Amino acid sequence: MATDVEAHITGTIWKIETTVGAQVSEGDILVIIESMKMEMPVEAPADGKILEIRCAEGQAVDEGDVLVVLEE
Amino acid sequence: MFKKILIANRGEIACRIADVCRLQGIRTVAVYSDADKDARHVRLCDEAVALGGTFAKDSYLRADLVLEAARQTGAEAIHPGYGFLSEKADFARACQEAGIVFIGPSPEAIERMGDKAEARRTVQAQGVPVVPGSDGVVRPEQAKEVAAKVGYPVLVKAAAGGGGIGMQVVKDESALEKAVQSCSERAQASFGDGGVYIERYFTHPRHIEVQVLGDGRGKVVHLFERECSVQRRNQKVLEESPSPLFQNGANASLAERMYAAAINAARAVNYSGAGTIEMLVQDGEFFFIEMNTRLQVEHPVTEKTTGVDLISWQLRIAAGEPLTLEQSELAHTGHSIELRLYAEDPAKMYAPSPGTLSAFALESPNTRLDTGYEAGATVTPFYDPMVAKLVTWDTTRDACIGTALQALDKLVLEGDKPNGKPMAFNTELLKQVLDSAEFRSGTLDTHILERIK
Repeated sequence: MATDVEAHITGTIWKIETTVGAQVSEGDILVIIESMKMEMPVEAPADGKILEIRCAEGQAVDEGDVLVVLEE
Repeated sequence: MFKKILIANRGEIACRIADVCRLQGIRTVAVYSDADKDARHVRLCDEAVALGGTFAKDSYLRADLVLEAARQTGAEAIHPGYGFLSEKADFARACQEAGIVFIGPSPEAIERMGDKAEARRTVQAQGVPVVPGSDGVVRPEQAKEVAAKVGYPVLVKAAAGGGGIGMQVVKDESALEKAVQSCSERAQASFGDGGVYIERYFTHPRHIEVQVLGDGRGKVVHLFERECSVQRRNQKVLEESPSPLFQNGANASLAERMYAAAINAARAVNYSGAGTIEMLVQDGEFFFIEMNTRLQVEHPVTEKTTGVDLISWQLRIAAGEPLTLEQSELAHTGHSIELRLYAEDPAKMYAPSPGTLSAFALESPNTRLDTGYEAGATVTPFYDPMVAKLVTWDTTRDACIGTALQALDKLVLEGDKPNGKPMAFNTELLKQVLDSAEFRSGTLDTHILERIK
């Protein structure tokens, strides 16, 4: 099952901490969003494999944008 | 006095500086990023120069563009506000070289107090106690030895910058290596300097700071203290003056020693203008943390309890006028509380909540709203989340708590996120703090928010 991992806040992608094909565990940090001078980590909602990364470092994102697609 | 100055900042502080200048007949030049082209500070100033860019590093931190804007508009001086270029010695020096007055201390004073190790050495030489910790930057391989000497728990923090970026508490040796590495990376990314410090972590400290004004020729006066213990992630949320620790003459000798230490610290760098000495206070002892060589966000609570306009004095001192305030004539009366209104969600780990304000109004007694926003304005993700400072004052602390609660009740503050959902603000949390038995009792420490949440 493919799961969309969305941005939970509006901001800018500061760091992408994973790669396509990587095996991740629930709670692993996938992406870090910077907003209003704070870094907010986006964590894996479940164990799985990274199918797709739909953002780039430095990119502006809105809350609800899909950042990563995870195969559970 | 200056005829025209440039304000190298945005938001509430740029608006507040513009207001003071208006009263004194000084013309003002605003600078702004692309994201701020419709901002309130741009409209409040007499002229405005576009810097371009959105992120701070591409706009408000571009010293070259700010200086060029000052030259272009014939501004005689630059007020840096807080943050951005306010504590950049290179910028202060570049102003000097361009024949433009930097409204703040000398580049040398900024440098000495901005380098945490140098600042510690400087104030220690004046007999001011400092937080036990590493004297200077810790190399990763030294970290274990230094931390063991300081004693756990320890705090790992960035040598450069401020405001708690990258800061971490380490309970024991097993977590030390990783904390040093991640703090260093964050510091490198934020400040271009990966150096880290290790110091003692206090379990129940108060954060109390002393305001000073110096004339750069050896005269320094203090304007009493501000209590800033209500913090989240080492960022202040609520400040007040006087500190409840010193209310009604309590702990007078401790207060006097802290004031004297602040004056000695400022004198050691021949301080000019407004500055603040931050200290931790625990179990009757105080320790120097750092000196902020600029105006502080929370300066209004000092203004409301001393009757001294700090920005006005910054301008006068920078213009070469004598500092005519005498210590014996300065008095601390009444009580003032400042509430920082943040666009963030305290229930979601203070997640930032940028968006567009749909309604923003306040009318309440003994209350001043310092803000760079109004209804219809957008709070973007590019700068800090502070929408406004709600400053209240009254005759006593108890009365002022009531005044602040009343102001929060009357405050209208609403907005929409880009996805249409309501923006989050910290107003309910501020009410909870003001209404808590712990805050009312005045026995607070910097962990109060963790207990209230």
